[in-house]
Amino acid sequence: MTDAETDVGAAAGLDEVLARVHREEWARVVATLARRFGDLDVAEDATAEAFAVAVERWRTHGVPPNPGAWLTTTAGNKALDRVRRESGRDAKQRQAHMLTDQLAGPPEPAGAVEDERLRLLFTCAHPALAVEARVALTLRMVGGLTVAEIAHAFLVQETTMAQRVTRAKAKIKAAGIPWRVPAAADLPARIDGVLTVLYLVFNEGYLASGADTDPVRAELTGEAIRLTRLVRELLPEDGEAAGLLALMLLTEARRTARVSADGELVTLDQQDRGAWDRTLVAEGHALVRERLASGRPPGRYQVLAAINAVHTDAADARDTDWSQVAALYDQLVRLDPSPVVALNRAIAVAELDGPHVALAQVDALATPLAGYHAFHATRADLLRRLGRSAEARGAYDRAIELSGNSAEMAYLTRRRDQLGSAGGR
Amino acid sequence: MHYLLTVIGDTDNSADDSAPGAIDAFNDRLKDEGRWVFGGGLTDPQDATVTDSRNGEPVFTDGPFVESKEFLAGFWVVTADDLDVALALSADASRACHRKVEIRPFGGVA
Repeated sequence: MTDAETDVGAAAGLDEVLARVHREEWARVVATLARRFGDLDVAEDATAEAFAVAVERWRTHGVPPNPGAWLTTTAGNKALDRVRRESGRDAKQRQAHMLTDQLAGPPEPAGAVEDERLRLLFTCAHPALAVEARVALTLRMVGGLTVAEIAHAFLVQETTMAQRVTRAKAKIKAAGIPWRVPAAADLPARIDGVLTVLYLVFNEGYLASGADTDPVRAELTGEAIRLTRLVRELLPEDGEAAGLLALMLLTEARRTARVSADGELVTLDQQDRGAWDRTLVAEGHALVRERLASGRPPGRYQVLAAINAVHTDAADARDTDWSQVAALYDQLVRLDPSPVVALNRAIAVAELDGPHVALAQVDALATPLAGYHAFHATRADLLRRLGRSAEARGAYDRAIELSGNSAEMAYLTRRRDQLGSAGGR
Repeated sequence: MHYLLTVIGDTDNSADDSAPGAIDAFNDRLKDEGRWVFGGGLTDPQDATVTDSRNGEPVFTDGPFVESKEFLAGFWVVTADDLDVALALSADASRACHRKVEIRPFGGVA
């Protein structure tokens, strides 16, 4: 009995180590292999294989002192086996010899590791790939998510997502998409696509989808922030890189306050502001001030960061400067006239002009946002505030149905059930 | 790598407003940089003939293989280290000929 318990305990410990090593080392191993073999397919498969071997090997032999190096070596050997096997079959002997010679060279210097990951990022976010493919590829290659997780995150069939990733990798190889950080002259044009991808990665971490998934995946938000920092270092003059970093920091600062101990979403107005990470808030504010001081017209990330700066400036939710928030949303609508921006703007309108005015604006978005959980959640809240309980219940039901986030579902369910206990119609 | 830069003609916008000499200048640059393999402009799609010998005797049919708004108006074959280089060339090609340009790598070159 005791032995069994010990085994369970050891297994749980190993699972934890594997999860951490996966988070920390996946992108490094993929990036290193992709560069060595010039092939994302080989890099991905070999890395996945190395992790599979690690699960078995580490259980019996223990975790090696340098798991990252162990994984890189193991994955490198797997990749080499595969390339040799395939080159034999394809009779591309000359290429195989060249590759083998290349591989026999000195190992990559450790200092180049950060660049490797940045290269991987720019390759995965190349403009010759469709946007959905860039996001999927970045999450798979840089973020280390499984295809199933990515499919779930973006509400598509796993087979569809697998095809998307496979096709993107095939195009990188066939079309000759280079494995490098673009030249300085090409960087500004290429950065937009990278920022879009990073923001999508951050959002998937911040509002993770999946009923059995942690509501917040700190490894994804952390990864997005880390990579955005790298991009900003590379392009210190790029206002949107700074804006996106500020936006992420000001959002991340509230992460721990955003989910209660029992796994329920805590809305901005209910959050314990003392639990916000002041270091991240200060860094985010400094970036927003820096952008304001530049005097250059802001892009959408900078405006979104400014909105978050207003929220994080208020010591209490009641002190929030809603007129400034609404004015910033007006600015954002001009830059990005999407229904999602209009929805967020309506939330500020509700604070300024009341839920009735906001509801009319929200209802006007019903067609484009019919399948968007936040639309129904916002509507439910406004209807609740207007005392229209039966309609609010229907909207909560729809929001719960569409939400993929466990904390949000818990929050919405409680809100809905409160309508019931309050004796609403 | 070898890339095919396909010039996409458009029947809805048939005016050729490429700047005089712009294509020649671009061709010269490709040759100077050692990227030139082959290139040329095609005459109108209505000058095309399709041949089909799959059933033995050749059958000749007047017209292009596909009737569409967009058609193949010309092409370049260039050598480039990677897609980024080819994309930069295609941007200049599109400017020179004032047409859309498709970039596709060759799967193999004899």
